[in-house]
Amino acid sequence: MTGPAELQVARPTVALFATCFNDTMWPQTPRAVVTLLERLGCRVVFPREQTCCGQMFTNTGYADAATPLVRRFVDVFAGADHVVSPSGSCVGSVREQHAVLARRAGDAGLEREVRSLAPRVLELSELLVDVLGVTDVGAYYPHRVTYHPTCHSLRMLGVGDKPLRLLRAVRGIDLVDLPSAEECCGFGGTFAMKNADTSIAMGADKARHVRETGAEVVVAGDNSCLAHIGGVLDRQRSGVRTVHLAQVLASTQEEQA
Amino acid sequence: MTDLPAQETSPTFLGMPSFQHAAEAALADTQQRRNLAHATATIRAKRAAAVGEVDGWEDLRLAGAAAKDEALHHLPHYLEQLEAALTARGATVHWARDADEANQVVVDLARAKATDEVVKVKSMATQEIELNEALEAAGIAAWETDLAELIVQLGEDRPSHILVPAIHRNRAEIREIFARRMGAVGRAAPDDLTDEPARLAEAARLHLREKFLRARVAVTGANFAVAETGTLVVVESEGNGRMCLTLPETLITVVGIEKVLPTFADLSTMLQLLPRSSTGERMNPYTSMWTGVTPGDGPQEVHVVLLDNGRSRVLADEAGREALRCIRCSACLNVCPVYERTGGHAYGSVYPGPIGAVLNPLLRGTSSEVDRSLPYASSLCGACFEACPVRIDIPSLLVRLRTQVVDEASGRSAEAASMKAAAWVFGDHRRLEAAQRAATLGGRLLGDRTIRSLPGLGAWTQARDVPTPPTETFRQWWARTHGDDEGDLDDARGQPVVEEQDLGGAGPHTRQEGS
Repeated sequence: MTGPAELQVARPTVALFATCFNDTMWPQTPRAVVTLLERLGCRVVFPREQTCCGQMFTNTGYADAATPLVRRFVDVFAGADHVVSPSGSCVGSVREQHAVLARRAGDAGLEREVRSLAPRVLELSELLVDVLGVTDVGAYYPHRVTYHPTCHSLRMLGVGDKPLRLLRAVRGIDLVDLPSAEECCGFGGTFAMKNADTSIAMGADKARHVRETGAEVVVAGDNSCLAHIGGVLDRQRSGVRTVHLAQVLASTQEEQA
Repeated sequence: MTDLPAQETSPTFLGMPSFQHAAEAALADTQQRRNLAHATATIRAKRAAAVGEVDGWEDLRLAGAAAKDEALHHLPHYLEQLEAALTARGATVHWARDADEANQVVVDLARAKATDEVVKVKSMATQEIELNEALEAAGIAAWETDLAELIVQLGEDRPSHILVPAIHRNRAEIREIFARRMGAVGRAAPDDLTDEPARLAEAARLHLREKFLRARVAVTGANFAVAETGTLVVVESEGNGRMCLTLPETLITVVGIEKVLPTFADLSTMLQLLPRSSTGERMNPYTSMWTGVTPGDGPQEVHVVLLDNGRSRVLADEAGREALRCIRCSACLNVCPVYERTGGHAYGSVYPGPIGAVLNPLLRGTSSEVDRSLPYASSLCGACFEACPVRIDIPSLLVRLRTQVVDEASGRSAEAASMKAAAWVFGDHRRLEAAQRAATLGGRLLGDRTIRSLPGLGAWTQARDVPTPPTETFRQWWARTHGDDEGDLDDARGQPVVEEQDLGGAGPHTRQEGS
């Protein structure tokens, strides 16, 4: 796998799908994606007309509300060679659910467009490893870190160990295994509200496992899961921070996340 | 002899509250949570090891799904073939549209034998139709002979797991149940019973042996029914099934119509998938197969009740029908983080866990409170799909059922109103930007303060802090640093790639700090 010394190769134009939640609540994450990709020589574009992939609607049962957002997503991103997003969950929704929604709406044309676009929509670690062919992104992050593989990245997208390969190449990092890493943290979108007690029971166990590692920072590829895990850790006054994978990878000696 | 277990609490799930409500009580039961966490972790590890030794596990899963799909897509054909094969071998086939019809068939057959008791092999189908209660109402005692079922029956409890119905009980609780209840319904437990597994098993063995040797009628389910040969199959671990299947004069098998397999060869796939998925074993200890009546050997009267009870409705549902592939292995329960914490009772049915969350609303419809709540009893983590030996995409089925629940509610809820408002905001980026201005204003007002509660977010804030909104959205930052024109995708496709010199020959400049 190539490292930063071999970066003088072809770099594509990448359209950023920031996701509505990151855009509004965690702008530092899509900013880190821009910083990172530009550092790697990519041209990043941000189509302003983008809003939301519709996942919250789809997964709560509001398919009718989600369908126009599928249309919008296709209209906004159809022209891109590569779309990247710092959310395994939203990418999962685009890749796995948009076609189902188009089909449910009886819109064969939209379904065709979705099937053409969806494979080009990638989670950050997929773009870095599979398209750019890089695992060492030249990051520097001198902290004890544990990584939570979010369910949709892991099981819906099948990113495998790509995020871990990227993290292992970060300079200064002390990466420690998270016990029961592959178990859901209990966020689950509106599940966190509709089944709050169960969600909190799951989150409490995840927080306990994070604390067992002695890590200062828990990293994941989805800010929504991190908000849930971090919400529990903060309430416990644990002192453990949550940081998105993109921010760790964008971090350098000069600029720390 | 009809000293039936007294029903202090209803064994049925009628009128169950929503999953959320039932789960609250289950979560507060710390003993049960410890029992469940220990049991599911143990069986998960065993399953992972047993599955891990199979090279072509994915191919086996595909073969299993294909065999079940073949049967389901041509169900009338295979059921008729099954009936013909069974009849030719001396069995009597009964068709039951629903629970009442099936129960009536069994009650009538038992009455015709002039008996007031039957022995039972653990069977999900007979639990689904509440056969024990129907027999009891007819004055016939139904003795469960599976150890875990015996524990549940003696404890006047409900099963909490498909494979391990007493998973929520520990050894001390089981000792107490045996000591308290066995004597009232048969051979009493010894006075010096301890909670050692061997002592508990011995007490159960002595208690059950009396019933095996006396019973003239047995009731079973079936894991599979082979259309080609008319062979019924029961897979079990304890040998109680073998006793029930061979000793009595009359054998009655209640089997869901989805249990049919086209050919005998399909069994080889299923018998590799099922034990590994359910108990984490390469093969289960007892696999019994019987094909009609064998003169002079075993039961001389064999009846098979083919049960619909909602299955043909599920089959007619193009998206839902894959749930009928289920072989009741319970792998999805054991990997489900929601099940692990709530146990099975909260699901309001004999089918708990992820498969229950889809199967119950499919079989029963979504008119009851519990069936409307079940599709939401999941974080959609996908562990169930990964574990399912016949590749039932449970998360997708859950999402589809949620859509059904929402569509049937016709937008009459506060949630529907807020979803509609949110969809309007996301319908246009300018509306989103306007909404974001309100959020960032909140962020500016709050500064660095931690949000511990927020109106309308009670369910979130009971044990979690709320992220503080930022003072600048990403798109505001983008406009400030990159300008609006950088968002144009029209020329984003087919661009010449970045040339070497664009990197300034530097690349990431932290390389020299590498350790």
